[in-house]
Amino acid sequence: MAKIIVVTSGKGGVGKTTTSAAFATGLALRGYQTVVIDFDVGLRNLDLVMGCERRVVYDFVNVINGEGSLNQALIKDRRVENLYVLPASQTRDKDALTLKGVARVLEALKKRFEYIVCDSPAGIEHGAIMAMYFADEALVVTNPEVSSVRDSDRIIGMLASKTRRAVQNMPPIKEYLLLTRYIDKRVDRGDMLSSKDVGEILAIPMLGIIPESPTVLQASNAGIPITLDNNSEAGVAYLEVVARFLGEEPPKRPKKSIFKWFSSTKN
Amino acid sequence: MSILDYFRIDSQKSATVAKERLQIIVARQRSNRSDSRALDFFIPKMQQELLDVVKKYVEIDNEQVKMHIEKEGDYEILEVNIPLPEEKLRKLR
Repeated sequence: MAKIIVVTSGKGGVGKTTTSAAFATGLALRGYQTVVIDFDVGLRNLDLVMGCERRVVYDFVNVINGEGSLNQALIKDRRVENLYVLPASQTRDKDALTLKGVARVLEALKKRFEYIVCDSPAGIEHGAIMAMYFADEALVVTNPEVSSVRDSDRIIGMLASKTRRAVQNMPPIKEYLLLTRYIDKRVDRGDMLSSKDVGEILAIPMLGIIPESPTVLQASNAGIPITLDNNSEAGVAYLEVVARFLGEEPPKRPKKSIFKWFSSTKN
Repeated sequence: MSILDYFRIDSQKSATVAKERLQIIVARQRSNRSDSRALDFFIPKMQQELLDVVKKYVEIDNEQVKMHIEKEGDYEILEVNIPLPEEKLRKLR
């Protein structure tokens, strides 16, 4: 049975698109048929982060409007088997996404894919609701920073009230916290919220902590999902997130020792 | 070393302050949420029923209907927005 996962946050710039690209790539690397959809109509960027911006011909809105087929719009990744991107439209606005239209496209994708990753736009408006509406699980991307934590709490509230599972009285969306841009040193110094603090405040299970890393910018510069960079501590952390999502418990890594941690994850 | 220690103590406070502020604001956010949760619960059903009634008389598109509740001070306002397409108005059954 296909699973729909929304990557959401409320606040912009916390790493939703980076996470969507990394997470979807990670799932595909594990052999799952995976598609990642850009819901940020009007401000598409997933194509850039995935490095397929020059291959976009038809987009999500075209498919909804019947102007192009799903097969025409889906872009097959050239590096990873089983990985596809469904880009957003750049020229339309978010209202182009209708509940009916999105439902129809997701139903078609469910027949072909095992995991459908929805990259949500920032905000709590129509576009963000469309991205979360049909989700089975949610990754709430949060930075250890007051505005991001507050917005995440808002989004958690919406996941529990504005989605199909909430409206139709189905079992609720499984929510996971993903803490990004985390800097151990600053947490130790006491000038950054710790993972424990954020976990306590938002009170949803923590799927992983992604350390702040210059490799994330380098990867997006090059259009390479960070999970394809084996030398990036952020990439490794995302692979651990994927493993935990799939129900595996990755080996505990000792704090502050990246070298030990690398050898322990490779076993 | 003493200067470093000074900064250490000073900055130790900021994460703690952040946590305390967040706990308060999040608690407030959640109390608002539970108020509206009860309403959210019947809204979709009521929306469908209202739609069914309106549809008896006028052909309307489900997607066009917008319904939400707004809080204003002590009371709440239920807003229902149904644009009626003029050319599709048809006779009473």
